[in-house]
Amino acid sequence: MPFIPHTDDDIQSMLAAIGANSIDDLFDEIPADLRCGPLAHVPERASEMQISRIMHQRAEQDGQPLNFAGAGAYEHHIPAAVWQITTRGEFYSAYTPYQAEASQGTLQVIYEYQTMLCGLTGMDVSNASLYDGATALAEAVLMAVRGNRKSKSKVVLLPDTVHPLYREVTQAICATQGLVFKALPMDGETGQIKRSALNDFAGEDITALIIPQPNFFGRFEVVDKLTDWAHDNGALAIAVVNPLALAVTKSPGTWGQKGVDITCGEGQPLGSPLSSGGPYFGFMACKQALVRQLPGRIVGRTVDLDDKPGFALTLQAREQHIRRSKATSNICTNQGLLVTAATIHMAILGPEGLAQVARASMANTKQLVAALTRLHGVEQVFDAAGFHEAVLRVPSDAQALLDRLGDAGIVGGVALGRWFPDLADCILVCATETKIEQDIQHYADTLATLIQSDIDTGVQPAVAYA
Amino acid sequence: MTEPLIFEHSRPGRRAWAQSPAEQIDVDLPDELARTTPLGLPEVSELDAVRHYTRLSQKNFSIDTHFYPLGSCTMKYNPRACNTLAMLPEFLSRHPLAPENCSQGFMACMFELQEMLKDVTGMQGVSLTPMAGAQGEFAGVAMIRAYHDARGDTERREILVPDAAHGTNPATAVMCGCVAREIPTDDNGDVDIDALKAALGPQTAGIMLTNPSTLGVFERKIGEISKLVHDAGGLLYYDGANLNAILGKVRPGDMGFDVIHMNLHKTFSTPHGGGGPGSGAVGVSKRLLPFMPIPVVGKTDQDTYRWLREDDLPQTIGRLSTFMGNAGVLLRAYVYARLLGRDGMHRVAEFATLNANYLMARLSEAGFDLAFERRASHEFIITLKRQNKAVGVTATDFAKRLLDFGFHAPTVYFPLLVPECLLIEPTETESKEMLDGFVEAMIAIAKEAEDDIEQLRGAPYTTPVRRLDDVRAARQLDVKFEPAA
Repeated sequence: MPFIPHTDDDIQSMLAAIGANSIDDLFDEIPADLRCGPLAHVPERASEMQISRIMHQRAEQDGQPLNFAGAGAYEHHIPAAVWQITTRGEFYSAYTPYQAEASQGTLQVIYEYQTMLCGLTGMDVSNASLYDGATALAEAVLMAVRGNRKSKSKVVLLPDTVHPLYREVTQAICATQGLVFKALPMDGETGQIKRSALNDFAGEDITALIIPQPNFFGRFEVVDKLTDWAHDNGALAIAVVNPLALAVTKSPGTWGQKGVDITCGEGQPLGSPLSSGGPYFGFMACKQALVRQLPGRIVGRTVDLDDKPGFALTLQAREQHIRRSKATSNICTNQGLLVTAATIHMAILGPEGLAQVARASMANTKQLVAALTRLHGVEQVFDAAGFHEAVLRVPSDAQALLDRLGDAGIVGGVALGRWFPDLADCILVCATETKIEQDIQHYADTLATLIQSDIDTGVQPAVAYA
Repeated sequence: MTEPLIFEHSRPGRRAWAQSPAEQIDVDLPDELARTTPLGLPEVSELDAVRHYTRLSQKNFSIDTHFYPLGSCTMKYNPRACNTLAMLPEFLSRHPLAPENCSQGFMACMFELQEMLKDVTGMQGVSLTPMAGAQGEFAGVAMIRAYHDARGDTERREILVPDAAHGTNPATAVMCGCVAREIPTDDNGDVDIDALKAALGPQTAGIMLTNPSTLGVFERKIGEISKLVHDAGGLLYYDGANLNAILGKVRPGDMGFDVIHMNLHKTFSTPHGGGGPGSGAVGVSKRLLPFMPIPVVGKTDQDTYRWLREDDLPQTIGRLSTFMGNAGVLLRAYVYARLLGRDGMHRVAEFATLNANYLMARLSEAGFDLAFERRASHEFIITLKRQNKAVGVTATDFAKRLLDFGFHAPTVYFPLLVPECLLIEPTETESKEMLDGFVEAMIAIAKEAEDDIEQLRGAPYTTPVRRLDDVRAARQLDVKFEPAA
C-alpha cells in the first residue's frame, strides 16, 4: 500500500483498541446511499519507476525550446544552491510557522526576506508574500481603498500599460467591491501612459493611481511625475514593479517628492523557475502608516523567556483566522517556499550580482532588437527607454509566426493582438542574461527564413513593405 | 545557538562570483531613472549563504523530521518522487505563454488531473487555477454569486457559515461582496437544523460547509441540509479542507454539493513549504460549469490539448492568477494521484480514519476528555477544560511541551467553540509506533501538569528558542533589520 505503513497485525490490533470489527465500520456514520463506488477515471496505480517514465516522456515531448518570451515570466539563471536548499525537507515539508519555537528557520528566512524587499523597494514594511504578481496588484488596490480614508469615490486609475492579465485578475478579484476602474490610455509613440490623459481626472476624487515600472511593453514610465500627480490629487500611488529592474532603477520609495504608498509585483525573477506560470510569489510592501491595512502574514523579531532574540508571526489581528469576516483579506496559505528560494537567491547574487543580471538582460534585449529589426518588415514600435523587453512589429500573422517558431524549437515571444487590437501584428520579446550571441543569431536566422518563405509563397501582405 | 542574520555575515566587496556576469556592462538608462539608494542586500560568498540557510533549515520542525499532527492541515508524507518529477528541466523551463504546440506534454498532465479530480469529487468540471484554499473559496463563492446574477436573482447576497468554520469562509464571503451569517452547531457537532431553517430565505446565496466538519465529525444530516438549502434557492459549497477524511469513500457531488475546492497541498500531498504554495483547485456541478475560472485545459477532436479561455467560457468569473495558478504544485499532485491509483484513493480515507480513531481511543483510555464522544473522522478534538480548571494547565502548555518530546503540536484553540482544545490529525502515513509514542508523551505531560506545573509552563526547553514574547512583537514592531548607524 503506497505511503501506508500498516502491517496486517497493526490493523488488527488498532481495530481491537478502537472496538471495531473492520475499517469499514469506521465509516458507519456515512449514510449507505452516499458511499462512493469504484473510481472509473482514476487509473490503476503506477510505481515510482513507471510514473517516472511517463513524466520523462511528457517532459521530452515539450522539450526545452530556446525562450525569448517574457510578459511577466522571465527566464533567469538560478544558482544550483537555491533549490537544493529550498527543497530540504525542513523547509519543503514544514507548515505555516504558527508554532514559532518549532519554526525559527522559516521565520528568520521571512524576516530576512522582508528586509531585502524593503531594501529593493525603499518601503518601510513588507509582508511575507501573496500568490503572484497579479493578485498582489488586486490586494494592493483593495488595500489602497481601505487606506485612503480621505477618498470616497473608490475610483482607481488603471493604465493600459499595466500587464493585461494583471488587469483582468484585478478586475475579477475586485469585481464585487464597488470599485470603479478607469483606464488610462497609452501613448502610441512612446509606449508609456499618455500623460495628457491624466488632465481629465485632475481635481476629481481619485482613490489610487497604479504605476507600472517597467510597464508591460518593457518601457520605463515617468514615475516621478506620476507619483507626484497622484499625491497632488489626493490619490495613493501604487507601484507595480519588476524587482530585478529595481537593482538598477530608482526604488519606488524615492519616486517623486514623497515616494509611493504601496509597492507590489511579481517575485518570480528572484529565483522561481518559469514552470508554466507558477508557483511564483507576489510581493507587497508599504509605508509604515499603512501597515495595519497590509494583507497576509508578517514576521516580527522579538525575544524569548531568556531574552534571546527570536521570530514570530505578528499583527495577526489583521488576518482571517482572528478577524474572520473583518480581515484585511481572506489569504491564508501564501507562497512561502518561493520566498525561501527568493531569499537565498538574493543573498547569493547580492547587490552587485543582481544589478549585473539586470544590466546583462538590458544589453541582450538591445542586441536582440537590433538583430531582429534588421530583418525585412520587422520594426520596433515604441521609442521610450526600456528595460529588458520590447514590442516588435512583424510582417506576418503574429500568432501563426510564433507557432511556426515553436515548431522550430523557439518560443519567439508573445503575440499582443489578444489584448491590444492596435498591436495585432506585434510581438513582445525578451532576452535575459541567459541568452548568448549565438542564441540571438539563431532566432534572427530562423525568423529570417520564415519571413523569406512568406515572401516566396506570397503569404506576406504587401502592406508590410510600406 | 543563535544564527546571525544574513546581513550580519555581510562584508563589503564579498560576492558569489560564479553566479553573475563579472565584466563591465554598459546600458542606456536615463539618469533620472537610475538607482540612487543602496539595495540593502547582503554581500556574502556562496558558501556563507549555503551554510547560513542550511543552518536555518535545521531550526524547523517538518514532516520529514517530526510527527506533525496538526489538525485540519493534513501533514502527511510528501513523496519525494512528486518533487523530483515536477522539477524535470523541461517542466521548469516551460514558459507559461509558450505556444500550445510546445506544451502538449504538460497539458496532458493537467487534463488528466482535471479528469481524476472530477471523478474523486463527483463533480462535472474542474478548474485548477486557484492558488490556495482561500482562493478556491473565492472562486466558489464568486461562481455562486455569478450563477444567481445570471438568472437575474440579484438579491441573494447572504452566505451561511457554521460557527465552527475556518476563518477563511466568512472572510471569503466578504471578499465576494456577500454577507456571512453564522449558523450554530448543536451539542453533537452537527449543524443546528432549526437555526438553519430560520436563516434560509430569498436572500440566501448559499452555505459553506466542511464535511467532516472542523469538529472532526461527519455531518450526518447532509442530505437534509442539501435539500433545505436547494429548496430555498441556495447552493452548497464544500470546503475541501477535510477531503482527506472521505477520499474514495463519499463524493461531495453525491452529497449534493454544487461547488468544491480541494486543498491539493493537503489531500494530494503537495508540500506546505513553510506556508505555501498551495493549490485550491475547484470542482463544479453542471449548473456552475459556465462560470469556472479560466484557463481550463480542453481536449480537441484530434486528441490534442488546448486552453479554454473567455471565448469558450464567456460567463467565466474570470482569471484569478496571471497564468494558470501554481502549475508546479499541480504536477506534484498529478504524480501523487498516479502513484496512489484507484485503490490508493480509497485507502487514504480508510487509514487516515483508522489512525485518528486509534489515537483517539488510546488518548481517551489514558484519561483525556474528548470534545465529542462519537466516531472520529480523520481528526478529533481533545479538550483540556477539566485539567485547566484543576491545575491551570492550558492547551498552549501541552503544545509547547510536546515539542520537547519531539512532536509538533496539534492545532490549538481551533475550532474556537471548544475550550482549551487540541485538534489532532495523525494522517494515514504514520505508523502505529509513532502514534503510541505520541500517546506516551501526552500521558507524561498530563502527569507533569499535576506534579510540576511551573516546569510545564516554561516549555519548550529544547527548541532553538523558548516561548516568545508575542506582545512585544506586536507592540515594538521590528519587521526588518536596520544596521546600526
